[in-house]
Amino acid sequence: MTAPLTSLDRPNSYIGRSLPRPNAKRLLAGRGRYVSDLRLPRMLHAAFLRSPHAHAKIVSIKTDEARALEGVHLVATGADLATICTPWTGTLDHFKGMTSAPQLPLPLDRVVWAGQAVVAVVAENRATAEDALELIEVDYEDLPIVVDIDGAREADSPLVNPGSVSNVCFRSQLDSGAVDDAFAHAAHVVEEEFSFGRHTAVTLEPRAIVADYDPAAGMLTVHHGTQTPYQFQDLYSRHYGIPEARVRVIATDIGGSFGMKLHVYHEDMAVVGLSILLGRPVKYVADRIESFVSDIHARDHRVRARMALDAKGEILAMDVLDLTAIGAFSTYPRTSVVEGNQVVRLIGAPYRFRNYRATLEVIFQNKVQTSQYRAVGHPIACAVTERMVDMAAAKLGLDPFAIRAQNVIADDAYPQTSPTGYRFEALSHEACLKRLQEMMGYDGLRAEQAELRKRGIYRGIGIATFVEITNPSPAFYGVGGARISSQDGAIVSLTPSGEVRCLISVTEQGQGTEAIISQIVADQLGLAQEHVKVITGDTEVTPHGGATWACRGAGIGGETALQAARALKRNILEIAALILQEQPSALDIIDGDVVDAGTRNRRLPISEIARIVYFRSDTLPPGTQAQLTVSHHFAPQGYPFAFTNGIQGCSLEVDVDTGFIKLLKHFIVEDCGRVINPMLVDEQLRGGIVQGLGAALFEECRYSETGQLVNGSLADYLVPMPMEMPDIAIAHVDTPTADTELGAKGVGEAGTAAASACVLNAVNDALVPFGAAVNSIPITPARVLKALKRF
Amino acid sequence: MDFGETAVKASAFSYFRAATIDQALDAHARAGDDARFIAGGQSLVPALSLRLQAPRLLIDITHIAELRGVRREGACLRIGALTRHCEMLSEPLIAEFAPLLHAAAPFVAHPAIRNRGTFGGSVALADPASEFPAMTLALDAEIEIAGASGRRRVKADEFFFDLFETALQPGELITAIYVPLFKADQRFAFDELARRRGDYALVGCGMLATFTSDRIDDIRISFFSVGNRPMRAKAAEAALIGFGLDAEHIAAAQAALEDDLAPPENDEVPPAMRLHLARVLLGRLLGRLGEGA
Ligand SMILES: Cc1cc2nc3c(=O)[nH]c(=O)nc-3n(C[C@H](O)[C@H](O)[C@H](O)COP(=O)(O)OP(=O)(O)OC[C@H]3O[C@@H](n4cnc5c(N)ncnc54)[C@H](O)[C@@H]3O)c2cc1C
Repeated sequence: MTAPLTSLDRPNSYIGRSLPRPNAKRLLAGRGRYVSDLRLPRMLHAAFLRSPHAHAKIVSIKTDEARALEGVHLVATGADLATICTPWTGTLDHFKGMTSAPQLPLPLDRVVWAGQAVVAVVAENRATAEDALELIEVDYEDLPIVVDIDGAREADSPLVNPGSVSNVCFRSQLDSGAVDDAFAHAAHVVEEEFSFGRHTAVTLEPRAIVADYDPAAGMLTVHHGTQTPYQFQDLYSRHYGIPEARVRVIATDIGGSFGMKLHVYHEDMAVVGLSILLGRPVKYVADRIESFVSDIHARDHRVRARMALDAKGEILAMDVLDLTAIGAFSTYPRTSVVEGNQVVRLIGAPYRFRNYRATLEVIFQNKVQTSQYRAVGHPIACAVTERMVDMAAAKLGLDPFAIRAQNVIADDAYPQTSPTGYRFEALSHEACLKRLQEMMGYDGLRAEQAELRKRGIYRGIGIATFVEITNPSPAFYGVGGARISSQDGAIVSLTPSGEVRCLISVTEQGQGTEAIISQIVADQLGLAQEHVKVITGDTEVTPHGGATWACRGAGIGGETALQAARALKRNILEIAALILQEQPSALDIIDGDVVDAGTRNRRLPISEIARIVYFRSDTLPPGTQAQLTVSHHFAPQGYPFAFTNGIQGCSLEVDVDTGFIKLLKHFIVEDCGRVINPMLVDEQLRGGIVQGLGAALFEECRYSETGQLVNGSLADYLVPMPMEMPDIAIAHVDTPTADTELGAKGVGEAGTAAASACVLNAVNDALVPFGAAVNSIPITPARVLKALKRF
Repeated sequence: MDFGETAVKASAFSYFRAATIDQALDAHARAGDDARFIAGGQSLVPALSLRLQAPRLLIDITHIAELRGVRREGACLRIGALTRHCEMLSEPLIAEFAPLLHAAAPFVAHPAIRNRGTFGGSVALADPASEFPAMTLALDAEIEIAGASGRRRVKADEFFFDLFETALQPGELITAIYVPLFKADQRFAFDELARRRGDYALVGCGMLATFTSDRIDDIRISFFSVGNRPMRAKAAEAALIGFGLDAEHIAAAQAALEDDLAPPENDEVPPAMRLHLARVLLGRLLGRLGEGA
């Protein structure tokens, strides 16, 4: 039997094909070039003395002994760096009324979280720098601290920022339709309060930076493990007063980022200043404990939610309050408000109801900052919505699939606008639900569950529908005044040997950006993928663009590459037409050869065109100026975001005597539009799901009453590990966006968005026979046993 | 790549590789006890990197032949202090004569750590959450110690005092651990409740019992991760000795645990929860023991 031919059967048809990442072998072979590995001539090393107090006045700092230690080059305090670095403030204009205190690399007179960097030492090596830290004496005077959300909101609470009126950073309300009316007339109302712990990214490679200021050239080069080099080029330029063209940020290989490495960190800003003060390269790599106390944390929400339904199970309305605590400052330049904003805007997103009210309150506290991390806001919105839907289903005696099928926006009803103002181009909830039910073997799982319950084995089945925000336009940050680009740029050149180099502004953190860009360029130009070299992550050579955030690399970066490659192809064919005395439209490129478009007969290799253009332009007709380098930018237009959707399911077992949860199997049906590389898409989904499962069961930054992080090591902070992870089955529904030629949407956050919601629903499903319920994430043995009243 | 300059974070120390026990003891004494023996390094090296410890001298004991090897000596198995966790899994003498250690070993950390970590190091450190120190209690083992005043053997019951406090004096070395040979009328059971495979457990337990047909003549039950040191559950043992493993006596042993264990305050595992988990685990292990384990 032969399968019918598809578009993949064309030569060089790489879009839609599972191909290995060209850089995977290099990284596996240990040939990665991480900032952590970098050693420059004359390089020095920084270490930071950190505050042991969550909130305290700095009375005095004694550094004489540290300065005197052999091998120490500089000891710098907040005051030293404040003379050369201007302060920053983590607010955006479109979050009306939000406040945050100005920040400096190191504090002048007050520390606001335990672990905050206070003094920097630069020495010949890291060990000497750390020796010197032990010789520094800081005298602190304790100030009252704010640690929990409730305390922070009380009228007589101590203030994180003395002089402000309260600990509120931002407050907003959405109200559409007739919420009170809907609840007044509802046949059923379900209500719950949820809590979501803090967790953090735990990248394999911690934050790493080498700043190298050359006073002779007035030039700053920063090797920075970040996903957004252009953003940092702009910030270093503006805060240190160096012209942008003299600031170069290089982000080579990066050992994981997940959003964590796109924020401004005090240590990183300090290291730039230290290099400027010394005129020598200065390196800083966070160690694991420093990562726990200074990398952004994520989540930390308390959500109270109500849902109203009619007698048949039609959802009528939701009413939500989200309290989220963000630490002592809002992060810069993206703020710490986006997470909460996305929670309240995404709640209920898969469903048809029109009456929605949500209040968001973002609160300061004496802990390290929280901010954007993979699937910003999504897991909270999804868990709240999907748990409410399950509670409603239980109340009405409906099956979880049935109530969702009844309430999701129909696949043929698009375009749609959500009550929170999100515009959906085309989603596929119905198709995904149907597919998941088949894939899970749902009826069989239910039968097995009933059978096992008789034997005292408690299985749970959970599902969770989700919507993900991808391909953001300037509506995300640009409109708020942030100099964060939502467009991308690419420079594509034909080399003299007939290969192609593509310099592009999207960046690579191990997710395969370079792979898909080379697939798109090779596909569009008509040459072998190995003849395309993709270069990313150097502001000196790659054009300005958004880089990596919010699931935009494939959708926006990919479209940029596609359009740039098409432009280069036009230019190549124009020259080919001159040489072959044909019309360009009669020619095409296949496998690196110019061919007759109709017959596909080979006419001329493109390497020959390159040779003629670069070395024998004298043989071309007079007046010909060949353009074998094309630069091209693409800014998303049309819908402000490309929303994606999908559904996850899981099966698990709760040991009701120990509270332990065993994950048995996880499922996802996902719709990210055009799939460029199925293998990479599936990797993204699996990785994302595992991060979501970590949040669901394991990961939590726990604090003492005095604001100390009590589990800041990998022995105490539990990341998900392979032995506890289930098999993950994946299926796709493809609804390409019509806003681009490529049709791709994002996929990086879909796995994380719904995994924890799914587990929450499954655990509660398992606990049904006991009349017990959990509403806190992570779902720890202690919480399960508490719910079961076992101790 | 040369990590020397960039990656080392521990305070500076000197290093001495001892060839004999005497050399090791001598070096320790000469350093005015500002020294640490290093065996597998799986606990010590992290402590150095975190600067929780900053000794002036590290004395490497891994080349001392006398600390190696597993062999029968009369009614005991002599397990050299340098016996690595992975050897607990691979050494046939241990599987045959100290099967409880063999059963506990897969729960100790991960393969990379088991390849280096040593039995002697684990017992010397006496982490209350560690598997092996607790198992020395269940096995009624003896710990052989070499010090300035010569050699002595201390029963496991008299070895563990308090949090990281043992009968070992500064500068003393554990040379071997003696474990009574496993007998035909004995049964053992081991398990732990850990959040992830390889983690330190929330509660763990091992037991060794001597039976006459289905009646328990003697039983030693030892818990870890329940307090400041590994703990014998003597009240639970007493509730079982002389009886068969029926539901009633298992329940009595579970109830008696309250007298044996006083778990510490902990933000993640409150004392009542830990006691509950210990009871669940005890019940499951006794059940397995009843089935012949
Ligand atoms: C990630 C990780 C997970 C772990 N998980 C577990 C676990 O689940 N369960 C568990 O039990 N352990 C665990 N460990 C600890 C591991 O088992 C250690 O190896 C063991 O506790 C110590 O043995 P060592 O040979 O490495 O000792 P070292 O680290 O070399 O020394 C530890 C201490 O003992 C002293 N010492 C060593 N040998 C002797 C001796 N013969 N006489 C006197 N003093 C001596 C040293 O001076 C030092 O103070 C883990 C370790 C890591 C890094």
